[in-house]
Amino acid sequence: MGVAVHVEGLTKSFGSQNIWSDVTLTLPPGEISVMLGPSGTGKSVFLKSLVGLLKPERGSIVMSDTDIVTCSERQLYDVRRLFGVLFQDGALFGSMNLYDNVAFPLREHTKKSESEVRAIVREKMDMVGLSGTEGKLPGEISGGMRKRAGIARALVLDPEVILFDEPDSGLDPVRVAYLNQLIVDLNAQIDATFLIVTHDIGTARTVPDNLGLLFRRHLAMFGPREQLLTSQEPVVRQFLNGRREGPIGMSEEKDVAQVEAEMAALEARGGDQHNGVGPKGASGGEAVPPQLEPTPGLPERKAVRRRQERVARMLHTYDPMTADAIRASLPADLLALADSGSYTPTAGAGREWRTEDGADLVVPDPRGRS
Amino acid sequence: MSATPGERPKAPGLLDGPLSPLRPLRASGNLFAFALDVVRAVFRRPFQLREFIQQTWFVASVTILPTALVAIPFGAVIALQLGSLTRQLGAQSFTGSASVLAVLREASPIVTALLIAGAGGSAICADLGARKIRDEIDAMEVLGISPIQRLVVPRVLASMLVAVLLNGLVSVVGVTGGYFFNVILQGGTPGAYLASFSALAQVEDFWSGEIKALVFGLIAGIVASYKGLRAGGGPKGVGDAVNQAVVITFLLLFAMNFVITAIYFQLVPPKGQ
Repeated sequence: MGVAVHVEGLTKSFGSQNIWSDVTLTLPPGEISVMLGPSGTGKSVFLKSLVGLLKPERGSIVMSDTDIVTCSERQLYDVRRLFGVLFQDGALFGSMNLYDNVAFPLREHTKKSESEVRAIVREKMDMVGLSGTEGKLPGEISGGMRKRAGIARALVLDPEVILFDEPDSGLDPVRVAYLNQLIVDLNAQIDATFLIVTHDIGTARTVPDNLGLLFRRHLAMFGPREQLLTSQEPVVRQFLNGRREGPIGMSEEKDVAQVEAEMAALEARGGDQHNGVGPKGASGGEAVPPQLEPTPGLPERKAVRRRQERVARMLHTYDPMTADAIRASLPADLLALADSGSYTPTAGAGREWRTEDGADLVVPDPRGRS
Repeated sequence: MSATPGERPKAPGLLDGPLSPLRPLRASGNLFAFALDVVRAVFRRPFQLREFIQQTWFVASVTILPTALVAIPFGAVIALQLGSLTRQLGAQSFTGSASVLAVLREASPIVTALLIAGAGGSAICADLGARKIRDEIDAMEVLGISPIQRLVVPRVLASMLVAVLLNGLVSVVGVTGGYFFNVILQGGTPGAYLASFSALAQVEDFWSGEIKALVFGLIAGIVASYKGLRAGGGPKGVGDAVNQAVVITFLLLFAMNFVITAIYFQLVPPKGQ
């Protein structure tokens, strides 16, 4: 099971320019989370802060009992091995072929023999569907393949947390669909914690368990996918429907009167449901589309059941629309437990998932069922 | 939650602007801290032998030919100047000696400095800068590998080694060029030229040249790596970084040259005193 990442009151500025402040969220272990946000709201900065490449001024990022913001350089290098990161263009080492790129972390960090290295590299290249291209240089392959190779390299040290920086950028929709399927499949196979930074609404609607939105130097919202997909918050609605009408402007925020006029015009046309299809897969108003399933033949995602337990415990904290959408996704036993009141108030106090050995578990052992 | 007084945002003052008097201080402090990091990483195992050999070969291959080509006219100019000067002073017998002295003490470290900064340093800076903007450096750090230990240390050591070797090359080529111009073109006597070699020059002059070259290689390697690893803002950022690296290296090298020469004259008495 992947580890949880607790972010508390995180604030980052470059000089006098504040990027975001007071970002507080928890990436639940083993779940897939997506971070959305208009261009230039510091999503990549957030990602780089998580792995300690940038130092936020205030706040904490705690995983495995280490605070990444304040820990020493040596601790940082140790804790980074728990991370796998896919950079925007893969960030492969240009002077090495794909095989050496994927083998690089193994050769640097382990004393494995060359035949063991070869077996592991083969396995990871196979997982991302790149077998047969080991001898190619990063400059000789397409952007989609570079991203896959970047994922293979990120996987090779068996990370607990994997961060994806815009996995969809520069790819056609079909390749994005394949990549999204790959991400879900990987999550089913290794059960690590995933965080994806993206602009692609189609990805945001179908891939993650949790969604977040950065806007105006703050985390506007972070929660289960149903919470954001059904949210009435104007910023969230505007972003998920990919329309111009709303508080997000071209480069600056808009003034209130203009936003109100735009929203009135939108309502006159019938609202989001009748607004048609927006760019980057944006459509559907407040519908909650089904989540992507792992490819048949792969194990079930263990995070699904964990998440169901978690959101069942928090069910009473959501607004009615979100609660309805979540109830529709819950299995009968958890729904019954939630309705019987045994979850109120939340038992875990900010830690709503159970531990590896199930110590924090109120429901019967769920293993063996979907 | 009320903000404590310490957290209140401050208005930008004189010390924050682009004209802040602290900026050059901060920049040189960062460079020095980087240099200390490099020195510390030199002793960290495993030593990157392969990278070191590759980089030595790379730096040597971009510097050897230009160095030799610069060294010949440099030796020639010194020979020409000295040839006419010694004649005016009536000290023709010291032509060879003065020429060797000039080449060993100043000309060869300066030529080495020019080439190690201009050719070697710029190549190192461009290489690291290109890796930086392609996120390769970040990727390496995230994989838990220190770019300073993995990339910078081999490059700095390579540029030091190559600088020392280049200094030897320039000395040989410069003295040979001086001999050629003095004897063949200016009609000097070969015997007198060779015989006067050791009249003024001593072996310490050669060592001082080599020590200078070693320091120049160190500075060129560190400045180039520092600027390369801090490149930002796309391809233009890499170009700017290379430009700044070369300029800063030149300034530092000529300043160091002065300091080392001054120390040398304090430590080693000139011959014949």
